[in-house]
Amino acid sequence: MAKRVLVVDDEPNIVLSLEFLMRRAGFEVQVARSGGEALKALEGEPPDLMLLDVMMPEFDGYEVCERIRARPDWNKTKIVMLTARGREAERERGLALGADAYVTKPFSTRDLVDQVKRMLEVG
Amino acid sequence: MGALATAAVLVSLLYLGLLFALASWGDRRAERGRSVIANPYVYTLSLAVYCTAWTYFGSVGVAAAQGVGFLPVYLGPTLLAFLFVGFVRKILVIAKAYGITSIADFASARYGKSGTVAGLVTIVALVGSIPYISLQLKAVATGIGLLIAHDGSGAVLSGLGADTALIVTLLLAAFSILFGTRHIDATEHHQGMVLAIAFESIVKLVCFLAVGVFVTWGLFGGPFDLLDRAREAGLGDRLGFAGTRLTAADWFVLTLLSGLAALLLPRQFQVVVIENLEIGHVKRASWLFPLYLLVINLFVLPIALGGLILGGSTREADSFVLALPLVHGQGWLALLAFLGGLSAATAMVIVETVAVSTMISNDLVMPILLRVGALGLANKPDLTRLILGVRRAGILLALLGGYLFFHGVGEAMGLVSIGYIAFAGVAQFAPLLVLGIAWKGANRNGAVAGLLAGFLVWLYTLVLPSFVTAGMLPGSLVAEGPFGFDLLRPTALFGLSGLNPVSHCAIWSLAVNTGLLVLVSLLTRPSDLERLQAILFVDVEQSRRTPRLWRGEARAGALQELLVRFLGRPAADAVWRTEAARRGRPLEPDEAADAGLVERAERQLARAIGAASARAVIASAVRGETVGPDALMEILDETQKVLEYSRRLEQKSNELEAATAELRRANERLQELDRLKDDFLATVSHELRTPLTSIRSFSEILLDNPDLDAEERAHFLRIITSESERLTRLINDVLDLSKIESGRMDWQVAPADLGEIVRAAVRAAEGILTERAVALEVAIPAEPAPVVCDRDRVVQVVLNLLSNASKFVPKPGGRVRIELLRKDGVFEVRVEDNGPGVPPAQREVVFEKFHQLTGDLNTQKPTGTGLGLTISRQIVERFGGRIWVEDSNLGGAALCFTLPIDEAAPALAA
Repeated sequence: MAKRVLVVDDEPNIVLSLEFLMRRAGFEVQVARSGGEALKALEGEPPDLMLLDVMMPEFDGYEVCERIRARPDWNKTKIVMLTARGREAERERGLALGADAYVTKPFSTRDLVDQVKRMLEVG
Repeated sequence: MGALATAAVLVSLLYLGLLFALASWGDRRAERGRSVIANPYVYTLSLAVYCTAWTYFGSVGVAAAQGVGFLPVYLGPTLLAFLFVGFVRKILVIAKAYGITSIADFASARYGKSGTVAGLVTIVALVGSIPYISLQLKAVATGIGLLIAHDGSGAVLSGLGADTALIVTLLLAAFSILFGTRHIDATEHHQGMVLAIAFESIVKLVCFLAVGVFVTWGLFGGPFDLLDRAREAGLGDRLGFAGTRLTAADWFVLTLLSGLAALLLPRQFQVVVIENLEIGHVKRASWLFPLYLLVINLFVLPIALGGLILGGSTREADSFVLALPLVHGQGWLALLAFLGGLSAATAMVIVETVAVSTMISNDLVMPILLRVGALGLANKPDLTRLILGVRRAGILLALLGGYLFFHGVGEAMGLVSIGYIAFAGVAQFAPLLVLGIAWKGANRNGAVAGLLAGFLVWLYTLVLPSFVTAGMLPGSLVAEGPFGFDLLRPTALFGLSGLNPVSHCAIWSLAVNTGLLVLVSLLTRPSDLERLQAILFVDVEQSRRTPRLWRGEARAGALQELLVRFLGRPAADAVWRTEAARRGRPLEPDEAADAGLVERAERQLARAIGAASARAVIASAVRGETVGPDALMEILDETQKVLEYSRRLEQKSNELEAATAELRRANERLQELDRLKDDFLATVSHELRTPLTSIRSFSEILLDNPDLDAEERAHFLRIITSESERLTRLINDVLDLSKIESGRMDWQVAPADLGEIVRAAVRAAEGILTERAVALEVAIPAEPAPVVCDRDRVVQVVLNLLSNASKFVPKPGGRVRIELLRKDGVFEVRVEDNGPGVPPAQREVVFEKFHQLTGDLNTQKPTGTGLGLTISRQIVERFGGRIWVEDSNLGGAALCFTLPIDEAAPALAA
């Protein structure tokens, strides 16, 4: 069964590219355009991994991350945070909140795909 | 001179030398701060200076004649110690609080620092102590006489033409001068002297007990044998009250006199009050001292009875202590007995003369000498030698007075009778002292009147009769009264008879003394100073408990005077009006100022002259120390200087404070700017990275996936293109903004037509508007709208507004209307739409950097840079206009801006 990846970002073009990349890598892809949508998407069946943008309106990626990690039944979902803010402090904050990886935009698509595959132990 | 007398003289001299050494040692220890007398035991022993030759020899004399009639002398101090220890403690507290140096000083301080009171007390003390000193002289002289007579060598001394009493007097005077006037400072404790007399108290006690033990067990078979033999000898009445020949009134009066004497005799006041090192010692002494009295009196009756049983007469009984060992061949015991008597006498003489001579110099002679201007003493730098000279003269005077009294009167009287004269004399201090610390109403006039009258009554009813007894005055004076005036008989004044002469004197003198003190005090007005001193003495405990002595006790009038003096009449009156309003009635000058009033007055003064000066001034005024004009000017001058200095300091400090505040504000502003710049950079970085991410991702996707179909490929390429454009716009905007903000913008300012500008913008926007299917309404008047601005920049503003509007209008059905209006002094451009509008709370923040309106707009993020409105505002404001958001007639938002009309434009001038 294909692993499921949830893409969360408010930039339509970035969502589009990530969706394309993940699909190509053989994952089942689900899309959310805000923090709220992301949490809603998790309620059903939590994905194996999520690509989570930090800078989003309403609640941002940090908050989403925190909420996910507060739920034991969502523990298995791996979180890769994506951000256009590259400061070290923010990276640490993301990891402290329970993110599994932290990727700075713009990123190498190949590296990102490899990392996701590695984390999901496929390929 | 026989062996015993020689030995006695030698032992006496050795003993005096030892005392001297002891005193020196005590003084040296005190100087080094390692006092040997700072304990209740030495204090108690020093109090036992009360037991003089009177106790040592005289009590036996009285006991021989009157049995237990000798007891009142010891009952009085015992009761004083047991019952009135609180009273004694209060006197100690006062004396320590106000640096009292003698009983005269005490009385004077209480009664308004009156020199009259001090001098009068000194005279009474001197006159009263003369009989007492003569008693000691008599005892010692008699003792020596006995020793010499026993040796059978009386002829030797009389052969020298010597008068034993005079020799004793001169020796004691020399010793006292050497002993008592080593130091000048009367306020310091005489620790060496106290140590010496404490030692003497032990010596006399041991010697007396030795004689008592010898008589009781040596001459008799113990106390019971002694009592039995006494009854056999018909002396049984000596054991009961009947044999005392004293009435109940006598008992009461004599006990009272003794109790008073234990405190008021100059030497007693000296050791009890002045030499006291710690008030706490009084507590232990209050039972140790009575114990000492009890022990030293144990053998009085046995010795007296023994002497009588063995054939002595009551007339000789004063010398039983010495005579009994002598008669029974106990030479060494006799010597010891003599030594004890000597120690009792010397202790008394030393302390008494030190106390009296200090009073004579400080309270009588020096004040008079200083007042005699001709002597110019006030200007002499060093009066030490003079003061010491006066004290030495005082000692000599007291001792010679005692000698003369002894010669004239004393030889005919018993020791105790002489002693009682002194007791009754110093008892005259009691009313002014007791009432002085218990009743604030007692004043100087009352004290002087009472003391003087009491003293005169004492002289008349007790001293005068003693001269009669001595045969110096005719007996008719006592028997019939002066000029046969019966009512004035000295020992039965106004018919009061049936009393012991001492009781008679005490009752009359104390009644007259107390009565006059109360009466005159009630009838005369005290000065402010007296009133204040009265408060300080009577309320000493409260005064000491509160940090400020006067709190709540100063007179309102005195405070008002102070305020007038330092604040000026108007300010003082204002304060007074406030105080009156506070009370709802005017303040009486005589009423006691409550704590609040004193505090507020002090605060007012403190404002004028500073806190320390205010406190000092209030303190000095309330203590009654008049502040003379010189001192006042000095204070004011100082105050002025301090005020000026403090004013300048304050000014400097204010300036500094202002500078600091400015610096702090600048620093805060800098930090704020720094933070803003930081935020801006972070945001710019984010905004730049976002399109870059898309561009890179899709480029890589296209590169890695050559198999994509053409449509998808084209889609991705379009995205790359549009994101590149977005990136370009963003970079342009950031650069623009940065140029504008840093003032490096190259403005092309020139007269322009705002109508033309709007039309140009509309033309430029047509593409977007058509693309988004937005219906545009344009309402621009034909006549020119002259403004002064950078045309291209204002076109940019209008274009930005149109572009914004087109982004927010619904799709399809979007409507935008642009209008140019002429208003009061300005042209207004309005861009309205039928979009969702901007909520009032957001209408200001939309102009902030990177603020992007959110809201569900077809789930499409606005594609602006977030800097458009920020830049627009900068441009509009640069040319004196204003930009804002309001509600639109179309149902959405209206973005409006104004530019001032160019009044100088030729089109308008025409």
